[in-house]
Amino acid sequence: MDYSIKIGGEAGQGIQTIGDTLAHIFARAGYYVFTHQDYESRIRGGHNFYQIRISDRQITASRSSIDVLVALDLESINQHEKELSVQGHVLYDSSYLKQRFDKPNFLDIPLTELALTYGGNKIMANTVAVGAVLGMLGMNPEIMYEMIRKTFKKKGDEIVQANLKSAEAGYKFAKEKCLTCSFMVSGFEKPKMLITGNEAIGLGAIASGLQFYSAYPMTPSTGIFNFVAENAKDFGIVVEQAEDEIAAINMALGASFAGVRAMTGTSGGGFALMVEGISLAAMTETPIVIALAQRPGPATGLPTRTEQADLLFALFAGHGEFPKVIFAPGSPEQAFYLTNKAFDLAEKYQITAIILTDQYLADSQWSYLEFDLSKLKYEDYRLRGDNFRNLKEYKRHLLTETGISPLGVPGDANHLVVTDSDEHDEEGHIIEDAETRIKMVEKRLFKKLPFIKKEISPPNLYGEGNPEIVLVCWGSTYGIVREVVDELSDKFRIAMLHFSEIYPFSEDKSWLNILQNAKLILNIEQNATSQFAKLIMMETGLEIKKHINRFDGRPFTVDELKEKVYAYITGL
Amino acid sequence: MPTLQDYKGKQPAWCPGCGNFSILRAFNEAVVELGLNPYEFVIVSGIGQAGKFPHYTKCHTFNGLHGRTLPVATGIKLANSALKVFAVAGDGDCYGEGGNHLIHAIRRNIDVKLFVHDNQIYGLTKGQASPTSMKGMVTKTQPFGVFSEQFNPLAMAIALDCSFVARGFAGDIEHLKYLFKEAINHKGFSLIDILQPCVSFNKINTFEWYRQRVYRIPEEYDPYDRTKAFEKSLEWGDKIPIGILYKKEKPTFEENIPIIKEKPLVSHEPYLEKLKDLMKKFY
Repeated sequence: MDYSIKIGGEAGQGIQTIGDTLAHIFARAGYYVFTHQDYESRIRGGHNFYQIRISDRQITASRSSIDVLVALDLESINQHEKELSVQGHVLYDSSYLKQRFDKPNFLDIPLTELALTYGGNKIMANTVAVGAVLGMLGMNPEIMYEMIRKTFKKKGDEIVQANLKSAEAGYKFAKEKCLTCSFMVSGFEKPKMLITGNEAIGLGAIASGLQFYSAYPMTPSTGIFNFVAENAKDFGIVVEQAEDEIAAINMALGASFAGVRAMTGTSGGGFALMVEGISLAAMTETPIVIALAQRPGPATGLPTRTEQADLLFALFAGHGEFPKVIFAPGSPEQAFYLTNKAFDLAEKYQITAIILTDQYLADSQWSYLEFDLSKLKYEDYRLRGDNFRNLKEYKRHLLTETGISPLGVPGDANHLVVTDSDEHDEEGHIIEDAETRIKMVEKRLFKKLPFIKKEISPPNLYGEGNPEIVLVCWGSTYGIVREVVDELSDKFRIAMLHFSEIYPFSEDKSWLNILQNAKLILNIEQNATSQFAKLIMMETGLEIKKHINRFDGRPFTVDELKEKVYAYITGL
Repeated sequence: MPTLQDYKGKQPAWCPGCGNFSILRAFNEAVVELGLNPYEFVIVSGIGQAGKFPHYTKCHTFNGLHGRTLPVATGIKLANSALKVFAVAGDGDCYGEGGNHLIHAIRRNIDVKLFVHDNQIYGLTKGQASPTSMKGMVTKTQPFGVFSEQFNPLAMAIALDCSFVARGFAGDIEHLKYLFKEAINHKGFSLIDILQPCVSFNKINTFEWYRQRVYRIPEEYDPYDRTKAFEKSLEWGDKIPIGILYKKEKPTFEENIPIIKEKPLVSHEPYLEKLKDLMKKFY
């Protein structure tokens, strides 16, 4: 079982509501679900879609062919009819589209009329549509009813009943009228959790003891801000919308200096404003975590679309020389655990840790049986309370063997915590002399870096253990490339080498042997200039010569990428 | 009780005769008279001659970036509301580079005390005009003189209904000490704009120039009258008022946040035990 449902229409028509409801019903029914969205930078109008794929096995990307197209506008049919699979059907309301289609696989359903008749309000049309999709698929509607009862419980019995009747009307209509529908859905399994990349970062941060989040809203990072704010009360987190991204990072640094775990999140343009703050974090050795959700640039670029073009910018962000850590998760699961690791390393080494995602990962939903909370790490590295009070002497930037100085919480002891954006001595006071300068650079950079490198995991090899063909990728392309490998692995000895802990490179370089033994290395990136391949070259001297790039703001699709990879292989 | 000896910091690298020395003395005397210990407050400073201030006294210090004192101070206050948080910056730092942050710190009414060393010139970069330089002042980078309106920090603060607005003068240490004490004891965002002659680069607004013009606001003045305060803030020229121009009692930003009301954020352990309930929301 492997079906894809696409809901298309104008912004404001309820695409998100229908899509979210369906996705949650499917996950609740125990199917594996993957969703992604394509939307324009506007609140009303335009053409947008929400795509849901369901299967009885783990899936990690969307597919190009559609089995059910819910067309809320004519544009949905114009653009997406060609994507229909052999058994594909279109669900539409001719009263919306002002047009009737005489095709056997087109089902005209009076969404508004049914909503008015059974729900007493045209707002129930979305519920009718949800019921109709389930009816077309021939899926048992019980879970849908259960979800409606749960979702609308707070709004009272009347609303619950109206929605139930609307859903049932849609369900029955589609089930009876769609004579050519021949979908086979499996029975219910254990419910799956459904989570986006943004939620996974927010969740990972909360699970790591986040206490302070300051940010300025910017697509596609705002979802993290929203998630943290929603849970701020329950988890004792202070959330502040700063006047700009410069203030956002400086507030987070202030909070971190004062002794709490702090984070900010943004996208490229906002990150550009934060750059001086990253340098400040480095000089004052103040731990901070930054989520950078990329979108296509330069400047405002394509605000609601996706790209991986800020890797080298993030790598070099901040004047001066200092260590930082960059993680680029490939899935919400990786985002969850890597956010936890980012907090741990940021505090342990008193550095900046960046979580690099993009619109595609930020907004797509993946399903899992569960996240294993026992794999999380929480260790408080700060010097607090009696431990701090009992010290005879304290120097914030004490020179040590590891380069790590005690991170005292100001106010917990009579010792003064002094730090400076100017070069400083061990106490934190301004200096100008060459000798201290050299010692401090050595401390911040050369002493810490080898320890940080030891913490970094090598890339993940997926597929053939001794591959002839290696697809090199990083970050959010993980799920797509993985499915390409799955599809080609019966014909070729192929593997994916996916990097999620991308800087610094791990000390474990055994992956270089895999690349050196391969006949074909293909580097796949969602950008124009193969930035990660440049980083590999810089760090290892290995030059990858063949690249597949996409930079139109749309994510790779499995089918398109498979064709491109196939073309390279057959051209061997 | 702390003494002035407890506040002996590093040797200042300011020019001899700089107005900053008097500000430092007034500040140290104020905190000693208030019985504050160095570990009970943090000074966040920016860049410029004023930015070096915390090194020359004794306190927790975050000497950050040019213009960014207030966001850092805001973060510190939110994380540890038990600490007293002071911000020290110059006129270029706070009114130029960090102007946006000033507007929003006043709007938030975060309980931070801002002391601006206002010498109406850029000192550390050697004599360019600042936002508070007077019209017509000729400098190396303003060869035809300053064209822009002189920035009026007090009028802007009163317009934003700032909780405490005052002006001090480095040449009147007793009065300045009184202002420091009043501001530190006040609950809410407090701004003291301190007229500080720059002996090296500002040849117009000298000690003598200020002495001829500055006068203490009389005792009968009502600082709670916003319209009168605004009027007072517009006085500049032959007569320059110093003292508390405006006061408004109102809840601080951090008082609105339930978790901070209970105890400082930094005193809370992260609530990790609730994680299992949060996970359920994803099913």
